[in-house]
Amino acid sequence: MRRLIALGMTAVLALSGCSSSSDDDGSAAPAASGSTGAKGKLTVLAAASLTESFDLIGTQFEQLNPGVDVTFSYGGSAGLAQQITAGAPADVFAAASPATMRTVTEAGDAGGDPVTFVRNQLVIAVPKGNPKSVTSLAAMAKPDVKVALCAEQVPCGAAATKALAAAGVSITPVTQEQDVKSALAKVKLGEVDAALVYRTDAEAAAGEVDGVEFPESADAVNDYPIVALKNATNPSGASAFVTFVRSAQAQQVLAAAGFQQP
Amino acid sequence: MPLALAIPALAGLAFLVLPLAGLLIRAPWSTLPERLTAPGVLAALRLSLLTATLATGVCLLLGVPLAWVLARADFLGRRLVRALVTVPLVLPPVVGGVALLLVFGRRGLVGGWLDSAFGFTLPFTTAGVVVAEAFVAMPFLVISVEGALRGADARYEEAAATLGAGRWTAFRRVTLPLIAPGVAAGAVLCWARALGEFGATITFAGNFPGRTQTMPLAVYLALEQDLDAAIVLSLVLLVVSVAILAALRDKWVGVS
Repeated sequence: MRRLIALGMTAVLALSGCSSSSDDDGSAAPAASGSTGAKGKLTVLAAASLTESFDLIGTQFEQLNPGVDVTFSYGGSAGLAQQITAGAPADVFAAASPATMRTVTEAGDAGGDPVTFVRNQLVIAVPKGNPKSVTSLAAMAKPDVKVALCAEQVPCGAAATKALAAAGVSITPVTQEQDVKSALAKVKLGEVDAALVYRTDAEAAAGEVDGVEFPESADAVNDYPIVALKNATNPSGASAFVTFVRSAQAQQVLAAAGFQQP
Repeated sequence: MPLALAIPALAGLAFLVLPLAGLLIRAPWSTLPERLTAPGVLAALRLSLLTATLATGVCLLLGVPLAWVLARADFLGRRLVRALVTVPLVLPPVVGGVALLLVFGRRGLVGGWLDSAFGFTLPFTTAGVVVAEAFVAMPFLVISVEGALRGADARYEEAAATLGAGRWTAFRRVTLPLIAPGVAAGAVLCWARALGEFGATITFAGNFPGRTQTMPLAVYLALEQDLDAAIVLSLVLLVVSVAILAALRDKWVGVS
């Protein structure tokens, strides 16, 4: 019974969120501080690489806006974009690349213009202590070094391809993983000697892997766009969340995770 | 047929068949030929057929004796062993993949030894795909064969023994032909399960075109970029599975 009441209340809150959406404008970006009056359930689909930061930002957002309940679904950006165009109920989409965001905007599912809220750079992730002394992209190409890369279809793979092209290095990986977290997992398990992952992912796993910076990563910076979705069930909450992600408070969380300001 | 059975039966059938029909309806028929002949598709299909067949071979080699032990040998803890054998059936395949990595991975219990002794590692190799598929598919074979053994009349074996056949000869010449349909049915199921294996494969063997990228993995990655490509790949997998299941079941098992 209690659950039923809670469910009813959530529904009411969601509805009231809907009705107060007249001032909704996804692209406006005022400085957010304090409550934005957002209420109800909010579903955010976000790139897997945002997991740690968005969990924290979501908690902060909930604290600032009592009555709002943020749920995250993390995954590969392209997969999430497909889910959105297939009609998955979601309020906000944060992608790891403009290309995956384009899937959503071109399908007419965006509620406004996406804005870039952070950028991410690649590092070479190696097992603790770097047993194979991988200190550059060229070192990754040595035949006795096992490398995991992201598949070219996913953002981290596209960035890796760009960085390798910039360095003029060609690598035959032993595996092409479907997202950055799986590539990192293969390093953590010691199955590969190196992987190209985002700096943020390497930092999140600092206890288990080392991150090696390399100059060519500057040529393969990934922009992360975010947008409130057109078919959001909670449009005011969605735009409030987008605004909050760009606020100083949230940007601090993202910077601490290793993201760069756009 | 009572209506109370017919209606849910029809609904059940529709529930199982409609998604497959969805694939057919949504398929990009006009561009199908070029998509099918795209280099990645054939490589993935060939690898899928090869690894599923090899995995079935491994399962037959290890699974039939295992089923025989479960059905005919009496020993302490048999129920526990039987439960353990069926665990991969209910285990999420990704968990199976992680478990395989921890044992057969480069730093795993067995894998670490393989690496230091022979310089051979299973992950990221075609052999790794076979291992992952066999791990997930073996219970299907063991269950089928054990069922067949329990159904087979043990008196034939006893008769063979009284006529002077050793236990191995009796197994080979009497038991095995007796349970052949059960073994065949198990092998077909096992093969089909191996063909569709995704989670354990991508976790344990990784994803590399031509070496470890089987059809299910290709479908998943195609979905990241191009829905139509994913549909085409799914369609191929569906056609192959249905054709093999239908043809083999009728021919070997005598079910029509």
